[in-house]
Amino acid sequence: MLKFTEDHEWLNIEGGVATVGITDHAQNALGDIVFVELPEVNASFDKGADAAVVESVKAASEVYAPISGIITEINDVLEGEPGKVNSSPMDDGWFFKITVGDESELAELMDEVAYNEFVAGLE
Amino acid sequence: MTDENLLKTPLYDLHTNAGGKMVPFAGYAMPVQYPLGIMKEHLHCREKAGLFDVSHMGQCYIRSTDGSDPAKALEKLMPGALEILKPGKMRLTLLLNEEGGIEDDLMITRTFEADGTLYVVVNAACKDKDYGILEAKLGSQIAIERLDGHALLALQGPKAEAVLASLAPEIADLIFMESTMVTLEGTVCRVSRCGYTGEDGYEISIPEEEAPAFAERLLRHADVEWIGLGARDSLRLEAGLCLSGHDFNNKISPVEANLTFVLGKARREAGDFIGSERILRELANGADKKLVGILPSGRAPAREGVEIADNDGNIIGVVTSGGFGPTLGGPVAMGYVPSDFSADGTQINLLVRGKSLPAKVAKTPFVEQRYKRKKIS
Repeated sequence: MLKFTEDHEWLNIEGGVATVGITDHAQNALGDIVFVELPEVNASFDKGADAAVVESVKAASEVYAPISGIITEINDVLEGEPGKVNSSPMDDGWFFKITVGDESELAELMDEVAYNEFVAGLE
Repeated sequence: MTDENLLKTPLYDLHTNAGGKMVPFAGYAMPVQYPLGIMKEHLHCREKAGLFDVSHMGQCYIRSTDGSDPAKALEKLMPGALEILKPGKMRLTLLLNEEGGIEDDLMITRTFEADGTLYVVVNAACKDKDYGILEAKLGSQIAIERLDGHALLALQGPKAEAVLASLAPEIADLIFMESTMVTLEGTVCRVSRCGYTGEDGYEISIPEEEAPAFAERLLRHADVEWIGLGARDSLRLEAGLCLSGHDFNNKISPVEANLTFVLGKARREAGDFIGSERILRELANGADKKLVGILPSGRAPAREGVEIADNDGNIIGVVTSGGFGPTLGGPVAMGYVPSDFSADGTQINLLVRGKSLPAKVAKTPFVEQRYKRKKIS
């Protein structure tokens, strides 16, 4: 199940765990990404807390925990190859996996159609 | 300031047509990047030739009102050797205040006009302030003629000479920090061999009505791409060049900012400029703090405002410019540390988002400057 947030993150939810990354729109707006700071495995986040940092040549941006949960895995490939967030934002450029701590939070997320309309409304 | 209030340079339409992402900068709507992106724009400029719209900067002529040398008047406020500038020669200097602080850095060119008129370029964010200071302090001795009707383009990079020489072969004869009037595509322009990227290149002052067609002419060359403010900043940072208002300000002296190269030898000996008491004292005894290059050991960029700590965790300074250096392939920064910490290789720590990240004081420029200093016969 693919879901999106208004902060331009995507979540691929499978078996109680969400893989999280930033959208193509987000990577495009950020520009060339030169550094990604990922959370620790087993760290616990409330929805909306700062979970990761992505830095482009221009600026640093926070990546928020899109749902509450515990980090189960991080994509440490990004530490050496942050450019994967630009080249493959929806696949190889994923940031972290987080448990779905509160199923009710999923209802607030957008599906792909709704997200695409949301992005279109920003332009 | 809302977007509607932002000023536009004569090249605004070219930027938007080229896909430039316009942002507010010093009161102007300026392109921070184009579709190529900051990284590729930066690398393009180092490899070929980058075209920058710097029309937001202040250009003026400064003339004497009493037949004396206008450079002599400016020397009261500026510590560089300006009076000795020969026609066609230019120099970076500093506008100082009573306390020896730096109000701005500016480029002074001696024109070929018989009365010794100077052509002066100041930073966009400082132009009203700079002109105000000059008029308040030198008022009756000088007259400032603002060249608001002129665009300013910078063409920078190893191919800049070949590109511009294809329109006017004589520009190849200029060396770094020389300036002359040249007819380009039928328009008389001021061409100066200078820039702020660390690369060889030119700045071209051109009447605004001719500027768009001329820029388009340059862009038709396969080696030329537009470069935005984002890459302009990373290029100057890698080249170890200070940004006014960031790497120095009106409280910081030229000694602290490591800009003593602008102090003329005779000027130091005479001490005949504003704020000289502090500056001469710091030259003799050293300043308490100093601007240094900083190379973070890891991958995380340390940006302006990041605090610098010693190995015991004491805050000792602050980063004034920092980011990612595309040519260097890693983070680079500049900042102020106590003079005891200013030696190359000194271990320091950068407090980035609550973490202490190791870094070393490093020589600048981070990337070799490639100015054309001598004529090639």
